[in-house]
Amino acid sequence: MKQKTLFILSLTLLLLAFIVGAVIYSSQKYRVNQQQTLANQEALIRMHSPSLGNQDATVVIVEFFDPACETCAAFYPRVKELMSANPGRIRLVLRYAPFHNGSDKVVAMLEGARRQGKFWPALESLLASQAEWSPHHTPQPALAWKRLEALGLNSEQLMVDMTRPEIANLIAQDLADARSLSVTMTPEYFVNGRPLPSFGFEQLTQLVKDELQKTRK
Amino acid sequence: MNARYRFKSANPDAEAWALIFAAWLIASIATLGALFLGEVMGVPPCNLCWYQRIFMFPLMLILPLGLFPFDRRMIRYAMVLAGPGWLIALFHQLLALGVIPESIKPCMPGIPCSETTLRWFGFVTIPTLSLAAFSVLLSLFAIALFRTRT
Repeated sequence: MKQKTLFILSLTLLLLAFIVGAVIYSSQKYRVNQQQTLANQEALIRMHSPSLGNQDATVVIVEFFDPACETCAAFYPRVKELMSANPGRIRLVLRYAPFHNGSDKVVAMLEGARRQGKFWPALESLLASQAEWSPHHTPQPALAWKRLEALGLNSEQLMVDMTRPEIANLIAQDLADARSLSVTMTPEYFVNGRPLPSFGFEQLTQLVKDELQKTRK
Repeated sequence: MNARYRFKSANPDAEAWALIFAAWLIASIATLGALFLGEVMGVPPCNLCWYQRIFMFPLMLILPLGLFPFDRRMIRYAMVLAGPGWLIALFHQLLALGVIPESIKPCMPGIPCSETTLRWFGFVTIPTLSLAAFSVLLSLFAIALFRTRT
C-alpha cells in the first residue's frame, strides 16, 4: 500500500511540476516578448511594408506571414472579415517571414506583382491556391508562377523585377525585424504594437476589440 | 560476501522494487523534460532526438506495470528499450562532441543533430542529459536483475 501511495504521489508531483513550469514559462516568455516588442517598435512597420485599409485607421494590425503557411492562408479571409466589420477603422500591414524553403522566391514574385499594381490580387490568388503550388509544405515557385500569369501580369517585367536587389534587401529587412521581435512562427500578429497573449483567432479579435474600445472613448 | 548475500536474500524484491521505481522516476523526468523542451519551449527535436524519445517515452508507461504487482520479468522488457536508446544517445553525444564527423550524421535537413541548442554549466547539453538518463536506467535495470537472480 505504501508503495502505491509513493507512486501516485510522485506521479502527481511530476505532472504538477510540468504544468506549473509550463504556465510560468509561457507567462514569462509573453512578458519578455512584450518588452521586446515595446523596445523594437520601429521594427514593426517599415516604409516598404504593403498596407491595406484606411491609412488613418485607429487600429493597426501588423501581420508577419509566409505565403506558403497554411495557417496564414486560413486566417487571411478572417482578418479581412474583421476589417470589413469595422470599416475604415482597421489597417493591415503585411511583413514577410518566408520561413519555408523557397518561400522567399514566392515573396519576390509578390513584390514583383506589387510593382505592377497587382499585389493584393496576387496575394489573394496565391493564398487561395496554396495547396496547388505548395504541396506538402514545399513551395514550388514554378507552380506559383503559373497562378500569377493567370492574373494578366507582364511576365517578362515580373521576371526582371523579381531579381532586383531592392526586393532581396526588403525580405532581409523583414526577416531581421522578425528576429528582433522574436517572431518564430507564422502568422504572428501585433495589434497597435502589442503581441497576442497566445496564438488564436479569438485572441486576435479580442485584442482588436480592446483597441477599438480604447479609441472610441 | 556472506553479509551481502544475507542482505540480498532478506528482501530482494523490495530492493529491486525501489530500483525500478527510481528508474521510473528518471524515465518520467526525462519524458516530461523532453516534452517541456519540445512543446513548451518550442525547441524542435532533431531526428536522433526522436529515436531516443521512442525508447524513453514508453518506459514511463510500462515500468509501473512491473511495479504493481512487482514482476521482475519487466526488467528484461525495459532493457530492450533502454539498450537501443543508450546506443543512440551515445552516438548523438559523440556527434555533438564532433568525435563522429558531420558527413555521416543521419539527420534530416533543417534541424541538425550536431547543433547545440542548450548548454548548462558549460558542458551539459540535451544529448548529454539523454545519455546520462539512459546510462543510469541501464545500470539500475542491471542491478535489479542481478539482485533478484534466483
